Amino acid sequence: MAKIIVVTSGKGGVGKTTSAAAIATGLALRGKKTVVIDFDVGLRNLDLIMGCERRVVYDLVNVIQGEAGLNQALIRDKRVDNLHILPASQTRDKDALTQEGVEKILETLTKDFDYIVCDSPAGIERGAQLAMYYADEAVVVTNPEVSSVRDSDRILGLLASKTRRAENGQEPVKEHLLITRYNPARVDHGDMLNLDDIQEILAIDLLGLIPESEAVLRASNQGIPVTHDNDSDAGQAYTDTVSRLLGEKVPLRFHETQKKGLLSRMFGGGRR
Amino acid sequence: MKLLEFLKGERKKTASVAKERLQIIVAHQRGQRDQPDYMPMLERELLEVIRRYVKVEQDAINISLDRDDDCSVLELNVTLPRS
Ligand SMILES: Nc1ncnc2c1ncn2[C@@H]1O[C@H](COP(=O)(O)OP(=O)(O)O)[C@@H](O)[C@H]1O
Ligand SMILES: [Mg+2]
Repeated sequence: MAKIIVVTSGKGGVGKTTSAAAIATGLALRGKKTVVIDFDVGLRNLDLIMGCERRVVYDLVNVIQGEAGLNQALIRDKRVDNLHILPASQTRDKDALTQEGVEKILETLTKDFDYIVCDSPAGIERGAQLAMYYADEAVVVTNPEVSSVRDSDRILGLLASKTRRAENGQEPVKEHLLITRYNPARVDHGDMLNLDDIQEILAIDLLGLIPESEAVLRASNQGIPVTHDNDSDAGQAYTDTVSRLLGEKVPLRFHETQKKGLLSRMFGGGRR
Repeated sequence: MKLLEFLKGERKKTASVAKERLQIIVAHQRGQRDQPDYMPMLERELLEVIRRYVKVEQDAINISLDRDDDCSVLELNVTLPRS
């Protein structure tokens, strides 16, 4: 039985797809059989971030509508064993995604995989609700910024009421906070909400903190999830995040400004 | 550091303004979470009726539904202007 994890946020552009790709990659690198599903019908992007856009033949909607089998649509990751991608379709028809269709796919996948990571579209409409409906756990991606925090709170409300677990009166969806695009220097200046404030306002467990990082753009340029970039701050932060998801205790990093040493100050620090 | 802030005029940091605003918004959102879907509509219509008689602001009305085991209480608070 796979664990179903939805990566969600309400607000767009906060780092859901980046995080879904990075977390799925991290889980697979830890030996977990993982599939990551793009629920953003009409605006698929996960394939680009995973670097498999040229190998997309069939997609989620093709499978739901019976035009292809699940195995034909699943793309095997080139870099990591145990990692598969199920792309979204580019169809404009939002109703192409049906609840029964999604349920059937997840039911099949759950037998073969350890983790199913669902990359949610933005918003609180049908697509976002379908992405979260069957979830066991939720990673709520939040930027240190007012509209993102407010939207995350809206999403927490939906997770508590509009999911299978909520409707069946089962144990609630486990909610995790993932703060991304965090800039410790701006926090120090008092121009950015700090970690503790966000946690206090949303009042859920902190799963991880990903700093604002140049490595993320480099990764998406190349179609290589940032988790593979072991030297980068963001890559390491996602690796820590995955360890915590697996129940390990890992101290928080990258939340404080680096005290620059004399050498790095002289030579400009270089890239991190 | 304190002295420096004092000399700079102790401007309130924008992040703490953000935090205060969010605390209010989130508390409000959470209050509405378990409310039935008709509440916003009911609130709007009640406001309309009240406005037929008294001139009140948009945010002068506060409505909430408290549910107990065997009954619910609809609470309506309207701040009327000084007459
Ligand atoms: N930690 C980060 N540092 C810098 N840029 C980031 C970070 N996380 C995401 N981004 C950038 O933000 C943009 C939106 O990210 P994306 O993952 O597509 O968000 P979403 O799926 O929530 O819409 C992308 O351009 C991405 O490269
Ligand atoms: Mg996305």
